[in-house]
Amino acid sequence: MPAITPIVMPKWGLSMKEGIVNQWLVDEGAEIRVGQPIMEVETDKITGDVEAGDAGLLRRKIAAPGQTLPVKALLGVMAPPEVPDADIDRFVAGYVVPVESGENEEAAASAYQFVDVGGIRVRYARKGDAIPVVLLIHGFGGDLDNWLFNLDALSEQSTVVALDLPGHGQSDRTLPGLGLVELARFVTRFLDAVDIPSAHLVGHSLGGAIAAQMALDSPDCVQSLALIGSAGLGDEIDTGYTEGFVAAQSRRDLKPLVERLFARPDLVTRQLLDDILKYKRLDGVSELLSELGGTLFSQGKQLEQPGRRLGETGKRVLVVWGAEDRIIPAKHAAHAPPSATTRIIEGAGHMVQMEKAGEVNAALKRHIAG
Amino acid sequence: MARKISIKDAINEALDQEMARDPSVIVMGEDIVGGAGSPGERDAWGGVLGVTKGLYAKYPDRLLDTPLSESAYVGAAIGAACSGMRPVAELMFIDFMGVCFDQIFNQAAKFKYMFGGKAETPVVIRTMVGAGFRAAAQHSQMLTPIFTHIPGLKVVCPSTPYDAKGLLIQSIRDNDPVIFCEHKALYGLEGDVPEAPYAIPLGEAAVVREGRSCSIVTYGMMVHRSMDAAAALAKEGVDCEVVDLRSLSPLDLDTVIESVEKTGRLVCVDEANPRCSIAADISAQVAQRAFPALRAQIEMVTAPHTPVPFSPVLEDLYIPGAKQIAEAVHRALSGARS
Repeated sequence: MPAITPIVMPKWGLSMKEGIVNQWLVDEGAEIRVGQPIMEVETDKITGDVEAGDAGLLRRKIAAPGQTLPVKALLGVMAPPEVPDADIDRFVAGYVVPVESGENEEAAASAYQFVDVGGIRVRYARKGDAIPVVLLIHGFGGDLDNWLFNLDALSEQSTVVALDLPGHGQSDRTLPGLGLVELARFVTRFLDAVDIPSAHLVGHSLGGAIAAQMALDSPDCVQSLALIGSAGLGDEIDTGYTEGFVAAQSRRDLKPLVERLFARPDLVTRQLLDDILKYKRLDGVSELLSELGGTLFSQGKQLEQPGRRLGETGKRVLVVWGAEDRIIPAKHAAHAPPSATTRIIEGAGHMVQMEKAGEVNAALKRHIAG
Repeated sequence: MARKISIKDAINEALDQEMARDPSVIVMGEDIVGGAGSPGERDAWGGVLGVTKGLYAKYPDRLLDTPLSESAYVGAAIGAACSGMRPVAELMFIDFMGVCFDQIFNQAAKFKYMFGGKAETPVVIRTMVGAGFRAAAQHSQMLTPIFTHIPGLKVVCPSTPYDAKGLLIQSIRDNDPVIFCEHKALYGLEGDVPEAPYAIPLGEAAVVREGRSCSIVTYGMMVHRSMDAAAALAKEGVDCEVVDLRSLSPLDLDTVIESVEKTGRLVCVDEANPRCSIAADISAQVAQRAFPALRAQIEMVTAPHTPVPFSPVLEDLYIPGAKQIAEAVHRALSGARS
């Protein structure tokens, strides 16, 4: 019997319990490709696109715009044309949303782990158990939740580790030093602390510059590099953003700045801003970010550009950029080594890995698989 | 790292972390040290409801037990604040504040102005507010409007553990006198609170629920009643926005107006008595500044203009509830100008 394939509410990040259906992006009767955005869903953190995990013919839309549905609720049904409507009716009627057991909740809680790296406590998440290992490094002022839409997808074929850089997220508010060399050395020590001899590095923004520096300084622990909206490849950067982000004390100050990170500013929810403010208001964070930002970026310039020397390393490099990146211009992709693969993604800004997660995940998977 | 703790523990942690950070922070109050070392008590009582429990053992020379004379020790705290300390005075119930109005209204609130800006008075007076504790007319009042009326005082009233910690830390670091109002019925309420110290600026409201049909503007325990009302209304398809003012002075009127400009309707909810209340103040300011945005009459939900009754049945009726709030939202919706 031909298979009926359910489309269900995804779980983005560890804390997501439900999502609000904003709108369908495809019609019944459409042929759907893997990775195609099929529906827009709003969570308390951010609005994102549900991307098809399987290919097929969309036979039935179940979820209606405006509905709030739990994770794994049935959103729609795909089936080949020969499946009778009655079978689909039966499937829909018989579908039960799997209940998250207490065990799963415990698993979610323990998915965040902490490790001591040279006296600095670092929070990280680890998912999947396949070889190879992928390390995700977020950018300036960010945290591991910047990989909300990437972590699960990448863990299908690899072990994914994402850390909060020192001074960021829920890691200790202490920096191991201010330059890229010190930060790269710290991340290398982190890999050692979690028993990972080498990994494919995926860096966003400042995280990309750190990854590039690691490839130069500790080539043995770097299998390949994927640089997303990366710092360290050219000299321009919107220091109005970095300085404004540090200075912003209220939601009102912060909102226009965070909106600059996205091609579609309406993706920025109040919860996302509140979470950033909660981090920024912790004692010591403003001073630390101000010092770090001031050391790395000044008057519209990036002071260190290790990405331009990646040709020396012989590592495989993937460069991904949102075409509408207003923080670091996409034209910096041209400074990657000539052998690098470059993907410029239309309709996305600096947070391209969130805005166009499906395309970024597909590019990363291909790159990691080699 | 965040974990779930109660408002009472969040306040205790804020005091502990500020005392550890700044040796000029001292804590004064009735029965905060009493009981230390006595049989059956391994520690000082930590005040009438034990909010400062454990601090005396850590900072024995910076917790001061005071005589049962609010006028004396609140005056002493204000004087100490002018001479370089950052005192946090615990005044059991806001109802007792009347005996030290001169110290608060005429001295603390005025020093900065009367000494040409040269004097600063970084004092915090922590005090319990609100009804629901079966403590009758003299221990249950919501007197926030009285203090909000006085220029020179800041007035804070948190509704969650996260806000309680961050707002108290900011109040201690603030260089002006702050009346920090703790709702006694909320002490046990738990929520996520980071372990690390953090400060939330005074004068920033929180939009605790977003919606398009009607704005409910409130503070303190009424935030929770309003959220209950909003949840019930959501089932009927009415989509309320709930604004928690958090601090009453300074007041974040911009957030209130932004909300009303979006929804066109306003319900002000206040546990205080109605005359000259926070609800009345917000109503007047919105009517003046955002009249064109209003699509219906402003509704107020407050306690009645009576003292808090001792009868439990009457006290429950006295405190505004989710049902009354939902009814007010319905009135605002049906009174709509199209």
